[in-house]
Amino acid sequence: MDIANYIYLSALLFTIGAIGVVVRRNAIVVFMCVELMLNAANLAFVTFSRVHGNLSGQVASFFTMVVAACEVVVGLAIIVTIYRSRRSTSVDDASLLKR
Amino acid sequence: MDSLALEVGRTLAPEAIMFWILAPLAVAAALGMLLVKKAVHSALLLAWVMITLAIFYIAQDALFLGIVQIIVYTGAVMMLFLFILMLVGVDSSDSLVESIRGQRPVAIIAALGLGGLLLSLLGRANLGVEAIGLQDANSNGNVQGIAQELFTNYVWAFEVVSALLITAALGAMVLAHSTSSKSRTAQRDQSIARFRGASIATAAGLPGSGVYALHNAVDVPALLPDGSPAPTSISATLDARGDMLSSKPFELEVKEVEED
Repeated sequence: MDIANYIYLSALLFTIGAIGVVVRRNAIVVFMCVELMLNAANLAFVTFSRVHGNLSGQVASFFTMVVAACEVVVGLAIIVTIYRSRRSTSVDDASLLKR
Repeated sequence: MDSLALEVGRTLAPEAIMFWILAPLAVAAALGMLLVKKAVHSALLLAWVMITLAIFYIAQDALFLGIVQIIVYTGAVMMLFLFILMLVGVDSSDSLVESIRGQRPVAIIAALGLGGLLLSLLGRANLGVEAIGLQDANSNGNVQGIAQELFTNYVWAFEVVSALLITAALGAMVLAHSTSSKSRTAQRDQSIARFRGASIATAAGLPGSGVYALHNAVDVPALLPDGSPAPTSISATLDARGDMLSSKPFELEVKEVEED
């Protein structure tokens, strides 16, 4: 098996995550799809780290995980705040600026 | 050299077998995450994708990242997702009504275009290197190697990330905090309410439930001095549920003592 298959898998998962972000309506599911995209990028980082024989890729992946954890904490807090005022987690309902 | 596919090196057979079993499962779970209606099912499928990715990391000599992936992602992040799902309601499923007409097909086509672009670019790319592998870099152990990188070349980024973490924690606290609309009743307020209430008879507290020789439980009312049961000695919940027993069968039968 070619090591590049990991990169193809990463691209595939990234695409699936992108479809989810633009198609799904539930803010929490959209968020999970963003997580999937971040994970796909991490897989590419780890694979390239192996190809180049250099641990910098793994360190980058580690930082991505930390930033993703921060992003999840703040993002979910925002979702909870929106849910508290609008009783909905649908991304379509938060359209106050349109009117 | 003109290569038609990204060729960077080959793996051993066991890793290939693992890849061809787990990769389709990961893709299937990711697709399922898009297609299932309930957010909880999406979360479980995403947890599965993350576990397969952790196995891939470990297979690619990234032991530390594989363990961190399981602890941080499937452990902490997915737990947080499920926690928020519980908070906002488990059955908050997607509305199938399109609010922008024609948005969904256009979005799917655009995203598939992105995927096709990525895959075709990768198919045409040529890295120009053979895979080196991490045997040398991991010679002192993977964790030690990452620590060496982290605390020498990336120490500034590491410090900045700590500031980011503290900011995120503070931000979440500020966002999730809400001031309650009414003040909590303290012990002092409760005491005042007891004495200013309808009757001062219960100011010292409500009577306890009945204690009898044959039955000693909270569902039997105590007896008042005149022999009638005291309804306030029983929890109002038990009374409302109809679980209150009559104290009649447990009463002491007072026999007249005959005088000689």
